[in-house]
Amino acid sequence: MINIIVCVKQILDPEMPPGKFKIDPESNKVIPPEGIPLVVSPFDEQAVEAALRIKEQCGAKITVVTVGESSAVNAVKHSLAMGADEGIVVEHIIEGYDSLLTAYILTKAIEEIVAYDLIICGREAADWGSGQVGSIIAESLGIPVVARTRKIEVMDSRLKVEHIIEDGDESLELPMPAVITVSYEIGQARIPTGWGVISAARKKIPSWSLEDIGVDLSQIGDTSSRIKLLKLFTPTRERGCQIIEGKTAAEAAANLALRLREAKVI
Amino acid sequence: MAEYKGVLICGELIEGRLTGISKELLGIGRKLADDLGEELSILLMGSDLSNAAREAIACGANKVYIAAQPLLDNYHCDACTEVATNLCREIAPSVFLLGQTDMGRDIAPRIAARLKVALAVDCVELRIEPDTKLLIQTRPVYGGNALAEVVSVTHPQMATVRAKSMSPLEPDESRQGESIPVKVEVDIETMKIKLVERIKQPIEGVKLEDADAVVAGGAGIGSAGNFAMLEELAKLLKGAVGASRVPCQEGWVSQSIEIGQTGKIVTPNIYIAIGISGAVQHIAGCLGSKCIVAVNKDPDANIFKVADFGIVADYKEALPAFTEKCKEIIG
Ligand SMILES: Cc1cc2nc3c(=O)[nH]c(=O)nc-3n(C[C@H](O)[C@H](O)[C@H](O)COP(=O)(O)OP(=O)(O)OC[C@H]3O[C@@H](n4cnc5c(N)ncnc54)[C@H](O)[C@@H]3O)c2cc1C
Repeated sequence: MINIIVCVKQILDPEMPPGKFKIDPESNKVIPPEGIPLVVSPFDEQAVEAALRIKEQCGAKITVVTVGESSAVNAVKHSLAMGADEGIVVEHIIEGYDSLLTAYILTKAIEEIVAYDLIICGREAADWGSGQVGSIIAESLGIPVVARTRKIEVMDSRLKVEHIIEDGDESLELPMPAVITVSYEIGQARIPTGWGVISAARKKIPSWSLEDIGVDLSQIGDTSSRIKLLKLFTPTRERGCQIIEGKTAAEAAANLALRLREAKVI
Repeated sequence: MAEYKGVLICGELIEGRLTGISKELLGIGRKLADDLGEELSILLMGSDLSNAAREAIACGANKVYIAAQPLLDNYHCDACTEVATNLCREIAPSVFLLGQTDMGRDIAPRIAARLKVALAVDCVELRIEPDTKLLIQTRPVYGGNALAEVVSVTHPQMATVRAKSMSPLEPDESRQGESIPVKVEVDIETMKIKLVERIKQPIEGVKLEDADAVVAGGAGIGSAGNFAMLEELAKLLKGAVGASRVPCQEGWVSQSIEIGQTGKIVTPNIYIAIGISGAVQHIAGCLGSKCIVAVNKDPDANIFKVADFGIVADYKEALPAFTEKCKEIIG
């Protein structure tokens, strides 16, 4: 049996209707839309799924860890309801664009958990989309990493993974401990069962502070000593679509072709 | 930060030639270097690099760092991370740019971690702030719902750049530059990650990223078989077929033709989106197209907000008539 740690992040629902997306220009922050609950970043949910499949295949203990505000416990609960064994919340609010700090805190938490053979992350968070955290954790721990995989297989103390490349994929082998990040190609994450939800609700989810895991913020410096957010804004992109009409769909389509010819696009 | 100087690009090769994104990086790199009043360099890794080095100089580089090592012909993440990190330590560039490609996505975060610097990924705009001489980086976030303008305070200021967001220079063979060999101290045999095999999907016809016309299908297409209608139109327009995530996820089409934030970026003359709702993460991949055409049966679909022309119709009725008319017009 191996020990797997999965890192998850709670975010605004990335598939919310675009019209609901609003930014407060004063604070340069997104205004959380009312009535749309926060979710586990989809790739992270798939990271939990990948861990569960390994557990089913060869046995594993899965610990889920998140860094965030106290409500991030919901991301851990969701993962436990899917079938993960244990969860931890490190309470600290981080700017989404400070990947180095996120990875530093997660690395410290992982070292505190002690036992790990495999660390799985999503390929990128669906809000800031930086795709760095898994790789930085690996570099900090001095262990190998493969990013953006579609499949993970455990073979004794080694891993065989399928790494997605632009025009296909490659099969790689590496020793454990290692960090693997997963892409959506790994397949749909399972929906928690009713029983899963009930047993997750009963589980104790410890909350750690930065001191608990020996994070010294003065050592790494605050975010503004690395990167500053100058502006967050919504791009203007309405093009003024010309709807081409016709008595039937076929007629509209033929008119469209003529219009495109007129505009010299075809 | 006086000791950090110049702009460094991480070049990528295909069959011994610079890739399109590498030339785009040289294009923006030249501009940034000029604004800084400093030099533009590029790192090339592999064997037989002389042609690519000449190309790089013609496209704006002052210096070409040559990491000549046949083992690097086959991209290896650990090895490339090592070579690029060492070069950054040695020459201390002020700005270090990579493509938002497989390689850039793999190695940039690892190099940033080793150098303990910030990294802004997937940038679509880069400029030097005249007063501070710092690099202002603009990148889409929240799936494309927002743009963030950030500045790295650490050096080298690292960024990866989205394909097709920058323009290459017109190659000029009369440009002069120098090639400098780099010591490569990597032994792939000792690297922890071993490549077992690499499977490339064969591409039929025009490559999606290079196509002048893209016919893309979404969940609305409904089945693998129905994609034949899109292929017919693509062939007629001498273009390629693409897809939103759903058809890739359903296995109707190959995952390598997904367009969007996590897939390919295309900028054809005409992008025809059929049965695609227009989620931000999808349109992130096609917004640079000259003309966007939408076919959707829902008049409120978001795709009409970014399209230039559209018809509200069931594609099963509309598409055959459209293809027929195009045949007539194109002849
Ligand atoms: C982090 C993240 C990254 C993502 N990255 C990508 C990405 O790179 N690329 C991508 O594509 N998606 C991506 N997605 C998914 C994206 O959010 C959408 O879910 C997806 O693009 C929807 O695909 P669709 O438009 O084909 O399907 P749907 O949203 O289901 O839309 C189908 C459309 O077809 C229309 N339709 C149905 N039948 C017909 C018919 N007979 N005739 C005409 N029209 C019809 C409907 O009106 C509807 O508008 C990502 C999501 C996340 C969270």
